[in-house]
Amino acid sequence: MNGAVIHRPDLGITPVGAHPAPHGELVASVHSWDVVTAADGPGTRFVTFFAGCHLRCLYCHNPDTWEGRNGQHVTVDDLVAKMLTFKAFITASGGGVTVSGGEPLLQNHFVEAYLRRCKQEGMHTALDTAGFLGARASDQLLDDTDLVLLDVKSSNPETYRKVTGVALHPTITFGDRLAARGNRMRIRFVLVPGLTDDPDNIAGIADLAARWGNTEHGGVVEQVDILGYHRLGIAKYKELGLRYPLADTVPPTAEQLAAAAAHFTDRGLRVTTA
Amino acid sequence: MSASVLDATATGMDPWRGFAGDVWRTGIAVRDFIQANYEPYAGDASFLAGPTERTAGIWAKLSAMFPAERERGIYDVDAGTPSTITSHQPGYIDKGNELIVGLQTDAPLRRAIIPNGGWRMVEGGLKAYGYAPDPAIAEIFTKYRKTHNAGVFDAYTPDILAARKSHIITGLPDAYGRGRIIGDYRRVALYGVDQLITAKQADKDACATGDMTEQTIRRREELSEQIRALAELKQMAASYGSDISGPATTGREAIQWLYFAYLAAVKEQNGAAMSLGRTSTFIDVYLQRDIAEGRLTESGAQELVDDFVIKLRIVRFLRTPEYDELFSGDPTWVTESIGGIGTDGRPLVTRTSFRYLQTLYNLGPAPEPNLTVFWSPQLPQGFKDFCAQVSIDTSAIQYESDELMRPRFGDDTAIACCVSAMAVGKQMQFFGARVNLAKTLLYAINGGRDENSGAQIGPALPPIEGEVLDYTQVAERFDTMMDWLAATYVNALNIIHFMHDKYAYERIEMALHDTDVLRTLACGIAGLSVATDSLSAIKHATVRPVRDERCLAVDYTVDGEFPTYGNNDDRADTIAVGLVESFMAKIRKHPTYRNAVHTQSVLTITSNVVYGKHTGNTPDGRRAGEPFAPGANPMNGRDKHGMVAAALSVAKLPYEHAQDGISLTTTVTPNGLGNSRAEQVRNLVGVLDGYTATDGFHMNVNVLNRATLQDAMAHPENYPQLTIRVSGYAVNFVRLTKEQQADVISRTFHGSL
Repeated sequence: MNGAVIHRPDLGITPVGAHPAPHGELVASVHSWDVVTAADGPGTRFVTFFAGCHLRCLYCHNPDTWEGRNGQHVTVDDLVAKMLTFKAFITASGGGVTVSGGEPLLQNHFVEAYLRRCKQEGMHTALDTAGFLGARASDQLLDDTDLVLLDVKSSNPETYRKVTGVALHPTITFGDRLAARGNRMRIRFVLVPGLTDDPDNIAGIADLAARWGNTEHGGVVEQVDILGYHRLGIAKYKELGLRYPLADTVPPTAEQLAAAAAHFTDRGLRVTTA
Repeated sequence: MSASVLDATATGMDPWRGFAGDVWRTGIAVRDFIQANYEPYAGDASFLAGPTERTAGIWAKLSAMFPAERERGIYDVDAGTPSTITSHQPGYIDKGNELIVGLQTDAPLRRAIIPNGGWRMVEGGLKAYGYAPDPAIAEIFTKYRKTHNAGVFDAYTPDILAARKSHIITGLPDAYGRGRIIGDYRRVALYGVDQLITAKQADKDACATGDMTEQTIRRREELSEQIRALAELKQMAASYGSDISGPATTGREAIQWLYFAYLAAVKEQNGAAMSLGRTSTFIDVYLQRDIAEGRLTESGAQELVDDFVIKLRIVRFLRTPEYDELFSGDPTWVTESIGGIGTDGRPLVTRTSFRYLQTLYNLGPAPEPNLTVFWSPQLPQGFKDFCAQVSIDTSAIQYESDELMRPRFGDDTAIACCVSAMAVGKQMQFFGARVNLAKTLLYAINGGRDENSGAQIGPALPPIEGEVLDYTQVAERFDTMMDWLAATYVNALNIIHFMHDKYAYERIEMALHDTDVLRTLACGIAGLSVATDSLSAIKHATVRPVRDERCLAVDYTVDGEFPTYGNNDDRADTIAVGLVESFMAKIRKHPTYRNAVHTQSVLTITSNVVYGKHTGNTPDGRRAGEPFAPGANPMNGRDKHGMVAAALSVAKLPYEHAQDGISLTTTVTPNGLGNSRAEQVRNLVGVLDGYTATDGFHMNVNVLNRATLQDAMAHPENYPQLTIRVSGYAVNFVRLTKEQQADVISRTFHGSL
């Protein structure tokens, strides 16, 4: 990390100085928050990006959220208070809250408490996760989650490990558990030419999604979002003094995106591409 | 269908046939007429008709003239005829094919001179475009007939002149028409001119006895002028072959009568903003009656609206390059207010509300008329969806909160200019441009001396000394400096409006108001976000002034982080709220001309660039000459948490203390609103509902296409807040490298639009 710049966005929340917090409250390491429309769930949403992730996805556009120490410590009360300043807007716009990251399940106790509070406030809730730590999500946490945004980065264990550095099976296990519990989900898949675009790989993901089932036919998958690889994270790698692993990779063409989408529509799933 | 055929079928019929209600029959009461007769429309846009061949032909003929106009600045001007309601022979675009007739002069795009506001504006405007002023007319308006401009400068004080010169007060309507007065042009259609004259004559007769005080004398003179203007309006209409002494009998006549009234106003005044009012639902009553009587088809109704809008699109005034610098793009602010909810809970949305918006498809997008939707979460879904769709396709609509206006101004309110609400025909304003709060803060630091010229402009308070700026001390001095500014400002406005009434009275516009109107004195502030962030920096970080050899603080070094306005962060936002409240309180301390009610706006239009140009380095880190953020927007790029967080900061500004309007301009990409068209519409409706629910007042919604992003690459200074969103990633567009921008452009639009 020579010459690395750790940029800590202003949270507009006073961070607690120590971990754990002075009165023994739950504290999380939060990288940043944002209020976004048309991403990370339906409507306009208050999205919290938790700091820290076990995965090292080659195409990650948020490497600044990898390290838990890059975040700032906040309490559930303070995060809820910040979220509530947007409640009227979010409710009127048909949106909700999303926990993202980083990997939010790395801080599962905090996330569980936060989602509980959000549900008590009547908010729609979404959990954006890679599923690797799905076992850490308690039934209570999942009961308080209206929508899971499940990133399935590959259906091939070798490719999965190459892309993320970790094993595939926990994500599949988590997906099966969500399906069994009836947790609605959106599957997300990043199409990276030369890395994840093997037709067998895409077909495998489509098979998984089909196994979990379209919500219109009694399943739990409301839609599949195919996200085209983009290079907008490069600047962050430079700032952090990291080598960008996909220096020679180009974004997919519209045709490649359409071809990937066909695997899912063929199995009766709703697909968006972006 | 031609105009004569349309009207012939109704010849001899009772103009008020089939209309319900009584109140409006015995007095001048257009709102009551609308309430008694309009039919709310709760459906969607599927009934709308496209342009007819006739419409397309007329628009094509005009469109062919626009490039020459853009290139030369103006297409043509009649330099020899000071404009009045009756000064010019009838003019046509395509006589025989026009359904609604009438031009400001005898030819389309030929501008007029209107010297009553000031001769210098006319002279400067003519010279700028290579025309020579007529010496005889120059002599009249410099020797025999005093102008508004000349009157103002006779009375201005040294204090006002200095403040004006240093640009701490800028854009005052002291050399041009003040505008922002909306005649109730509907009255002419509903009643005909004769009944309006009768009503005004009765008002004049009612003050014929008793003491002739200054007030009564003025009232009698103004009423005489109004009656004279109404007679001229009839004469002008007659020159186009229309007798408008009685009420309109058909939908075409209703639009034509209404347009003649508006035309008279723009022939007589080159006001900064010449807004139209709230006409669509009024017109709908007539169009639906024609359709019910079998006189008109949907295509025919749309054609009438299209032809009317074509006329509104070519309203032109002769202005100077200095004026254009303040308000760029040749704006006329022919603002039309559409939608909203009635006090009885029925939406004021009709089919004609849709037809007005449909002109943006039939004629293509355009900035004028300035279509303004009064938004409420209670609007019918079909109308909400259509508005969002039109915004996404054209970026041509602005939105204002019906929920904030209706309780204060009633349900027959219209917007003048951009954000100024007024009850139509019952309320007018004295337009007051705006003062520069950021510069005022610098004056507070420098003891009233200008940071650029060094001249003593404000009161000579002791300058702030010491190595580090102390928040309490700066805030105190700033408060005192604002006291001086408010006093100087209100004095200037009182002088301006006294003289405007005296030398450039809006005869026809005021003839279409009640005789007793509510007047507001519309003050304004610019640089709110710069002043707020500067104060936040002084409070939360360490700010050291850099002084030059004149002992003036001309730059600042900032150590440490500070919260900025635009992130829904109370630490900064409360400073902005405090400035709005405190400046309003200071304005209210000073008596106003004609007892106008004090108001203020947080609006800059495009003058934020000029204000910035004349303002030195500020403690928030903004460099000298850099533009301010427009209106109430957060400063360029300092809103770190997206458009909604920025909007919520703006929504905290209290409308109660800025009743002349609070302006927010936002820019989103279509993809930033969603992947599918349906999702984009749903999300934009959600954003507007959310903003209204959190007491936001005004939102300009830009939804950008590829061409706009390319323009943003070439002119990044115009797009400080452009946020783009790709695959769930949000970024400030102008901060990307050229390469990345090109990447985004190719990605954002791949095949989807």
